[in-house]
Amino acid sequence: MTPTVTSHRSGQHAGRDGFLQVLHAEWTKFRTVRGWPTGMVAAVLLLLLFAVLTGISSDQNGSPPVPIGPGGEPVTDSFYFVHQPLSGNGSITVSVSALESSIPRGPGDLRPGTVPWAKAGLIIKQSTRQGSPYAAIMVTGGRGVRMQDAYVNDRPGPPGPVSAESPRRLRLDRSGDTITGYASADGAHWKTVGTARVGGLGQTAQVGLFVASPPAVEGMGTAGSVSTAVFEGLRFQEGWAGGTWTGDQVGPESPSFAGYPEDTSGSVTGSDGRLTVTGAGDIAPANRETLPTGGTLRDILTGTFAALIAVIVVGALFITTEYRGTMIRLTLAASPGRSRVLAAKAIVLWAVTFIAGLLGTAVATPLGERLAQDNGVYLFPVSSPAELRVAVGTAALLATASVLALSAGAVFRHGAAAVTAVLLAIVLPYVLTAVPFMPASAANWLARVTPGAAFAVQQTLVEYDQVAGHYTPYYGYYPLAPWAGFAVLAAYAVVSMSAAAVLLGRRDA
Amino acid sequence: MRLALHAEWTKLRTVAGPLWLLLGTIATTVALSAGATSLVNCTADGCGGDTTRLTLMGVYLGQAPVAILALLMISGEYSSGMIRTTLTAVPRRVTALAAKAVALTGAVTAGGTAAVLGAVLAGRLMLPDVGDRALSLSNGPALRAVFGTVLYLILIGLLSLGVATAVRDSATSIGVVLGLLYIVPIVAQTISDPEWQRLLEKTAPMSSGLAIQATTDLGNLPISPWAGLAVTAGWATATLAAGGLLLRTRDA
Repeated sequence: MTPTVTSHRSGQHAGRDGFLQVLHAEWTKFRTVRGWPTGMVAAVLLLLLFAVLTGISSDQNGSPPVPIGPGGEPVTDSFYFVHQPLSGNGSITVSVSALESSIPRGPGDLRPGTVPWAKAGLIIKQSTRQGSPYAAIMVTGGRGVRMQDAYVNDRPGPPGPVSAESPRRLRLDRSGDTITGYASADGAHWKTVGTARVGGLGQTAQVGLFVASPPAVEGMGTAGSVSTAVFEGLRFQEGWAGGTWTGDQVGPESPSFAGYPEDTSGSVTGSDGRLTVTGAGDIAPANRETLPTGGTLRDILTGTFAALIAVIVVGALFITTEYRGTMIRLTLAASPGRSRVLAAKAIVLWAVTFIAGLLGTAVATPLGERLAQDNGVYLFPVSSPAELRVAVGTAALLATASVLALSAGAVFRHGAAAVTAVLLAIVLPYVLTAVPFMPASAANWLARVTPGAAFAVQQTLVEYDQVAGHYTPYYGYYPLAPWAGFAVLAAYAVVSMSAAAVLLGRRDA
Repeated sequence: MRLALHAEWTKLRTVAGPLWLLLGTIATTVALSAGATSLVNCTADGCGGDTTRLTLMGVYLGQAPVAILALLMISGEYSSGMIRTTLTAVPRRVTALAAKAVALTGAVTAGGTAAVLGAVLAGRLMLPDVGDRALSLSNGPALRAVFGTVLYLILIGLLSLGVATAVRDSATSIGVVLGLLYIVPIVAQTISDPEWQRLLEKTAPMSSGLAIQATTDLGNLPISPWAGLAVTAGWATATLAAGGLLLRTRDA
């Protein structure tokens, strides 16, 4: 090192102590070693390739449309409906004295079981069209009385199951667009469960009894269930007068309805005094299990896993190559501030990977969406800010993972060990959550504490308390909020970079 | 060939890395198997699935050190320049590769057997009633699963050796190997078309090879146990052949 160079450097960038030069040197190295830019290009191409593959691999053309609720979200709207059209304002009451569910244990082997969200009660609905607005008061298999409307709203009422000894009386009032639900144990004291404003009911709406029975969550899967309810004392008040009841299955052919178990079907029997109604399905927002044909943004960005390998390999090689070729001695001789070298490498690597990742997601997302939609695939809706967050978050995930690999490379000084450690830390938790047996609690724990938590940035699905399901990372539901999940990975990267800086300073190169 | 084999065995034996990696295989396999077994709620009837497969789940992780061991046998030599010495001593390059493959098979057989038996032992200790039934080595399917898992680890080693011979750089090779093993099953999950999904599961080296661990519900597997392991063997053969061909034609 000649004094001339030193003074020239500090003269040009006073106060920065030549950090820009270190940065420039690292950028030049990155740019000129053929394999590294190639790795970044490979990452972009892998994102695109998998977006195209996901887009074209599924053909849903000709399948029935997915019912859409008033809020634009996909819904399940399949149930057994005993109804009649009623005009204007009025009130209806009924007593539910039994609600029993059956779950198939094998082909033709139907046994009694518990379906917490089996529903039986009163509903007022614009029409029998799937996705039309409604409000309903109901008893459930295990969640007491509930008042629900617009598919996503759910209010709790008096808890407890129903039986012949302790029937539950339900009442639904219409006053314009305002629907009020009441529940009572004795028919004398009524408790308001909830009030809903339901737009678009029209002058004449369909009013009546309904029974729904969503699939029972069992182990790793679900089993379609069927439920039967007994209604007594069905009565109109305040303006409505009884006409003829019609029993109908709403939405029998719907992608969000799994159908009835073998040898069962929806039905209504009995007279006006006592009606026995059997039904299956649900009136609720659809989730990944009730709408298995639906695609998500995460599916389109499956290539993230493949791109991750490319950027992790480049990140590890960015430092281990120097150790192999003893270039590290030259690097550290030129810039003796060792942690500054590491910081410069991290900045260059993060920036390049982020830009590559953003380029990949920005092209892959619309391309994959377009191809999927051309094949008739329904995509779960995503708002523009969420779409932006997925693109930026995925790019940041790739960039941070490559910096983690860089620090692992500096710690292990061995490419294969660094790549394996980082790749397993990020990808293996995801692979394990997909293994049958894995309880949801264990899967969610893995998605909280491992670097793989960062995949939460690709979350676009909404979890609903009133829909039973497997809300695990495997299905696209993450326990952490998107940026909180990313923060877990970032914390690992920061800790690992600090360890690398300490070791780099202490060890002989 | 005998001399080449002796040389490879000496190299493997006298460096600390391979031994540590084999110990790593045993430790990670047993740890993941025990961890997975402890998480599952089992009743006297079983664990809601294939208990044998559950206790052998550790190879998901244990295969990674095996892959590193295999690829370091060749890419380690490329990075240190040792490969020139090796090929000067054994000028028939395919023989040199074959000797490496045989030495690797020996090492992985020893380490893999210890790892898999350790996982079985852990399973039997943690699931006393269920484990005795599902993990009894006198039970045909369970024996096939245990023995087949060792074979699977050997095949993963050979596949990694083939990839490393073709790619030469260790970090890139491990990226390719781990990509083949872990990424294809992930992609298969997101593909909604069941036929494509089954095709991917049938052809990917990990998901097809691990069919050898299945002991229940064999009719619903995408591929039968031995056919699945044969697919993994096909991958190992193909990568070794490609690696051998490139080793013959390229300068070292």
